[in-house]
Amino acid sequence: MPALTSENFRANSVKALGNAQLQRALDNIRRDFVDFKGRAVGELPEYDALKREAIALKNHTLENLDFYLDTFAKNVEASGGHIHWCQAAGEAREAIVAICKKRGAKTMAKGKSMVGEEIGLNAYLEAAGLTPIETDLGEYIIQMRGETPSHITAPAIHLTKEDVADTFAEHHNHARRPAEIPALIAEAREMLRPRYHEADIGLTGANFLIAETGSSMIITNEGNGDLSQILPRTHIVLASIDKIVPTIEDALTVARVLARTSSGQEFTVYNTFSTGARRPGDLDGPEEFHVVLLDNGRSALMGTKQQAMLRCIRCAACLNHCPVYKSVGGHAYGAVYTGPMGAVITPSLIGIDKAAPLPNASTFCGRCESVCPMGIPLPALMRDWREREYERAEAPAALRSGIGVWAYLAKRPALYARATWLGVKALRVIGGRRGRLASLPLGQGWTATRDFPAPEGATFRAQWRRTRGAA
Amino acid sequence: MTEKKPRVGLFVTCLVDLFRPSVGFAAVKLIERAGCTVEVPEAQTCCGQPAYNSGARQHTKDIARAVIALFEPFDYVVAPSGSCGGMIKAHYPDLFADEPSWHARAEKLAAKTHELISFLVDVRGLAGVDARFDGAVTYHDSCSGLRELNVHGQPRKLLASVTGLALKELPGAHICCGFGGTFCIKYPEISTRMVSDKTADIAATGAGTVLAGDLGCLMNMAGRLSREGRPIKARHVAEVLAGMGDRPAIGEPSVPGSPPMRLHGGAVAPAKSR
Repeated sequence: MPALTSENFRANSVKALGNAQLQRALDNIRRDFVDFKGRAVGELPEYDALKREAIALKNHTLENLDFYLDTFAKNVEASGGHIHWCQAAGEAREAIVAICKKRGAKTMAKGKSMVGEEIGLNAYLEAAGLTPIETDLGEYIIQMRGETPSHITAPAIHLTKEDVADTFAEHHNHARRPAEIPALIAEAREMLRPRYHEADIGLTGANFLIAETGSSMIITNEGNGDLSQILPRTHIVLASIDKIVPTIEDALTVARVLARTSSGQEFTVYNTFSTGARRPGDLDGPEEFHVVLLDNGRSALMGTKQQAMLRCIRCAACLNHCPVYKSVGGHAYGAVYTGPMGAVITPSLIGIDKAAPLPNASTFCGRCESVCPMGIPLPALMRDWREREYERAEAPAALRSGIGVWAYLAKRPALYARATWLGVKALRVIGGRRGRLASLPLGQGWTATRDFPAPEGATFRAQWRRTRGAA
Repeated sequence: MTEKKPRVGLFVTCLVDLFRPSVGFAAVKLIERAGCTVEVPEAQTCCGQPAYNSGARQHTKDIARAVIALFEPFDYVVAPSGSCGGMIKAHYPDLFADEPSWHARAEKLAAKTHELISFLVDVRGLAGVDARFDGAVTYHDSCSGLRELNVHGQPRKLLASVTGLALKELPGAHICCGFGGTFCIKYPEISTRMVSDKTADIAATGAGTVLAGDLGCLMNMAGRLSREGRPIKARHVAEVLAGMGDRPAIGEPSVPGSPPMRLHGGAVAPAKSR
């Protein structure tokens, strides 16, 4: 498993803010990386209706999840495929290695899979003597660098083209070439093309699992997923249970909102369905077709507030519009999933005790919820985790006692009036004539980088009492 | 027979009460101008949002019950803040989802609660104000007002009626300034990065004043602007609309030119701007 450092989010974020290279890369996405209102949604007048339809069909599917999973599994088997039910990450890793061993495999061409990251697949494969080859351009780059994805759809967004040119020079053993994007893409393509043919196993994720046909659907812009699943003799689909939709039409409905909100495209370049193994007479396709279906804590979210998170289609709109994400990048989260969706889903994967800083890493500005095509109330779900953290007394003591003292006063108006009168008076004495304070003993977090405006005068209510009398 | 004027209960908000009473007086002036009577219930404290966002649900409910009981006699509840207004309007009903009698009371209060500027325009039909402000201003859309209460066009409409005022739109006006209540204390470095992006955008407009509808955001932006040594003032939009834009701005010395005071050691170096 990749090292998870969510507990150290604050220290990670300080490091990220001071990392000039990272900040240069983030400058590329600082302004809206996908202009939501303009390109993605503005040109589609029926966007709101489509979004409502997508939400309703995801809700319906979740409410009948057992039925659709069962139907999917039956149809996978009917089309000559094999299904592997996995409760936990370890079972999925073992199922995949078992298939590889049975097939006598040495190398695996991998399409991009966040569930693969979630179960720490690459390290496990390597330990089992297999060679995973990431074929998505971003994943290919970070695999060379020994990094994890910093973004769920753009895994190498933390790098600039100059960084990529450096990496290619080092790992492809040639002199540094100019950092020109088309040339870098051509170089990666040239390196990767023969690897698909050599690979014994092709593994892809799935954007959708279609119950009525037992198919998986992947959506890509590079075509690497198609090559990964068509050329090798065995195709493994690794997907989590929330990827189920009832029909192909339903998958296409959700795919329309996904493309718009994810990359601002009307539709992605490659939208590919895989159904079963090669049949007699088929010209291509894998000899074996496996679906490794992972729960990993998802079914435990059913019936809770967090169930809404199972609607997530991993479009990354919430990351792309999050000012916190855009300040520190994805690695600071110290988790597989980053940004607002990561802040919500990570506590359910690794426990709130280890992930507590993440649901707190939000100003609740609400942009994530406003751009989410699946209408997931991300701030409310982060607040839900904060409440659980507070109830279990895991919130930092300073915060708890601060909120406690303040709440005690807020419930006692007369005492509150006296305390605030005193506080205002003190701040006026200290900084009143200057209008602001450059330093406060308990407010260093603020005053290290900002002046603190001093109160103007007596509290409003005291002044009101004097001027308007007993109303 | 004259029509009875609607009774408005002013929810002052803790920040306005403590730090910027001018905003409260500006709000009173504007609400009265919009044909209402204003009362300020003495026993008000806070809407409970700091507790709510810190996960302290029980404290929040206790505070919310007091706010509901105190303000339900009024025809309207008006707050000079999208954040506190949004707390009452968008979150109180959710808070009592499991308590039917309080839920009904929360719903009723939510329905008659409004952020100040949207109350003036949307509820009272105010089309303009009688105020003067000489100079260029820019406007930051505070997150809760914008996304929870749809406050966007209303302040711009009223600002357009202020004599002498030129509004220069702020690129990224809808992006958070990094305040976020307790966020700015929990993650001060990220908050600083966000507010520095914001102040750079504000400076790029060339406006001499930034306006917004929420004091939390304004104190954050004002504090960063002054630390960066940028000569840009910050004010609540209500002050300008009420013709009170000639008073010292937020964090501005009553005696011009005084440096900010420190409570403990070290010199204040002007911060580098991004």
